[in-house]
Amino acid sequence: MSLFRRLTEKSWETPGGEPVDPATYRPPAARVAVIVYFGVIMVLFGLVTSAYVMRMGMPGMGHDGMGDWRPMPEPPLLWINSFVLLLSSVAWEVARAGLRQGQADILRRALYGAGVLGILFLVGQLLLWREFSQTGYYASANPANAFFYLITGLHGLHIAGGLFFWARAVRGMRAGADVKLPVELCAVYWHFLLLVWALMLALLTST
Amino acid sequence: MATVTLADDLTHFYHPKTWIGKYVWSQDHKVIAIQYSLTAIAIGLVALVLSVLMRLQLGFPETFNFIQPENYLQFVTMHGMIMVVYLLTALLLGGFGNYLIPLMVGARDMVFPYVNMLSYWVYLLAVLVLVASFFVPDGPTGAGWTLYPPQTILEGTPGNHYGIILMLVSLALFIVGFTMGGLNYVVTVLQARTKGMTLMRMPCSVWGIFVAAIMALLAFPALFVACIMMLLDRIAGTSFFMPAIMSMGQDLGYEGGSPILFQHLFWFFGHPEVYIVALPAFGIVSDLISVHARKNLFGYRMMVWAIVIIGALSFFVWAHHMYVSGMNPYFGFFFATSTLIIAIPTAIKVYNWLLTLWRGNIHLRVPMLFSIAFLFTFIHGGLTGLFLGNVSVDVPLSDTFFVVGHFHMVMGVSPIIVIFGAIHHWYPKITGRMYNEALAQVHFWITFLGVYAIYLPMHYLGFLGVPRRYYALGETRFIPESAHLANQAITIAAIVVFAAQFIFFYNMIWSYFRGPKADPNPWGAASLEWQTPDTPPKHGNWGDKLPRVYRWAYDYSVPGAARDFIPQNEPPGESERHHRT
Repeated sequence: MSLFRRLTEKSWETPGGEPVDPATYRPPAARVAVIVYFGVIMVLFGLVTSAYVMRMGMPGMGHDGMGDWRPMPEPPLLWINSFVLLLSSVAWEVARAGLRQGQADILRRALYGAGVLGILFLVGQLLLWREFSQTGYYASANPANAFFYLITGLHGLHIAGGLFFWARAVRGMRAGADVKLPVELCAVYWHFLLLVWALMLALLTST
Repeated sequence: MATVTLADDLTHFYHPKTWIGKYVWSQDHKVIAIQYSLTAIAIGLVALVLSVLMRLQLGFPETFNFIQPENYLQFVTMHGMIMVVYLLTALLLGGFGNYLIPLMVGARDMVFPYVNMLSYWVYLLAVLVLVASFFVPDGPTGAGWTLYPPQTILEGTPGNHYGIILMLVSLALFIVGFTMGGLNYVVTVLQARTKGMTLMRMPCSVWGIFVAAIMALLAFPALFVACIMMLLDRIAGTSFFMPAIMSMGQDLGYEGGSPILFQHLFWFFGHPEVYIVALPAFGIVSDLISVHARKNLFGYRMMVWAIVIIGALSFFVWAHHMYVSGMNPYFGFFFATSTLIIAIPTAIKVYNWLLTLWRGNIHLRVPMLFSIAFLFTFIHGGLTGLFLGNVSVDVPLSDTFFVVGHFHMVMGVSPIIVIFGAIHHWYPKITGRMYNEALAQVHFWITFLGVYAIYLPMHYLGFLGVPRRYYALGETRFIPESAHLANQAITIAAIVVFAAQFIFFYNMIWSYFRGPKADPNPWGAASLEWQTPDTPPKHGNWGDKLPRVYRWAYDYSVPGAARDFIPQNEPPGESERHHRT
């Protein structure tokens, strides 16, 4: 049923007649919630990006009247972490495949792998923060640094939130419950955050 | 994956046994709605008292020693922030949204009851953090509700040490809590409608709340980001918003930040926020007018589309709050145009309300009185908005009392008037008892006439050039004696209106215990929430079986029908039978 037809229904004309929306099938509420939440994340990071671009191109507000934006270095750890996050996403996809084919063994290993890789990513990001702060790249030293901490922080919080649902999925699996929906939603969420990270990484490294 | 959320399945429904489970850590949307509402009204009372204190100072300067300039600024700030965010947003979405959505779409509860409960408790935490800022050494922040940097965190602004931190943390918490609630409202409307409840059979109240919830989900992240960045500027010494500043001969160490960036982020949230508050009010008032005029809503489809269009457009007008920030004139031209375009769907709504009243069987009961009052205050506030939406008119009026008069009329008084109407309208359903009609009428008339006595003169003051946010006017040549007289009159009116609110509270509390038992459907309303098997509805709302919907929510005075309304869940043909027997 197209949205347009639904929104143009003349609801006053059809008392009792078969309604436009027979409502025999609707996707699970949790899946819709995740999609709606993607919208929230998109706006959040979209706004940070536009603030980043605005702040970067802002000359003349410093002491010397010049732009004060000094890009950060790109240590190898940044790329290693990105790769870990990618692997984590792959592990979720394997878990999904294992579930589809009914192979509990693959599901179990992939599920643990995905979570551990997710945690590893967060640890890596913290190490990255430490590396930067030890070499003098404090948040207060330069706006580029401040944005780096802000973006990685917000992204990390979302990964941490995902790990909460990962833990619930693991608990469900060990209790023998049906984890099809949780695994599917976690996987999609992970891919989405990977995409966000890729875009943020592009933003951070290209400027 | 054929999970059908509609399934009439009670096995997984969580029924708490203890009193605490039912009324404190409750997952029932109706209890959460009441928790939200009472918390919002309680904190709103604080803001109301603050406004009276401000009026005392403005009407009778140099009389009250306990109001110092910094206190005045703190009152302005806290009054504004509490009223907009912690009262109106929380009450309309958290309160009415929670109560009405499941009942009106025929669901047993929100789709995620646990998250719903969490949403309330995070909101309460946000309110407590906000209240705590009254008790820290330098008091709450006095930066104005817009919290513009750099002054927000500079020495000399009241509450720049702890108050501002608590304010920002509280806002961030509020947004986290709201996001949980907002996801619930949106997904419940999308997924949990009962059989036959198509999108276009939903009452306008649900449409208003639904679109407002989507908007809030998309707009609040801007405030969230702004709060976090400001917090980092304040605590970690970053320079997101802070330019290089010398203060008291000292370099503060900031460099290169942009205060304008904050304004963009703030108003990208701030303008949709106006409609986040207004759209639920629009929706509710549509239903109230239709029920109490015993007439179907004129142009229902157009009303729904207007809600959606207003919601979408409101994301493209934010910079009309920033005409005096030194923006490019072409930029201002764009935003003036988009602002004025919003007047079109809004005017459609206003005409449709008036045309619903036209030749209706108007019952001047209290909810209807408030609805008609809303038409006055909203048209009034909307028209002054056209003045301020134009750059060339806005520039001289900017930061004067004209602006104060405008936005209080359009987003202060109007939604509050609808809220009063809505509380009286649904009071019999929520409590099972009837309020005292005479007291309610007294409260209505004092409030309605009183707000005009308060806000109409403010427009005049604005034309004179009286600036807003000033502690005292002092000796100025351009402000005549009459302005001071007007200020005194406004203050007296404000105190009368303030006092009249206690009639309302007395009425609500007294009626809850002593009021006469209410009919399950005292107004003869067609929408689903009035067709519950119990009044007030029990946990699960619908007893054994979910209602089935056969028609839209506005079948009033249908020719040939037995009664002058046909409930949404009445099968076709039934009322004709009534008629014959």
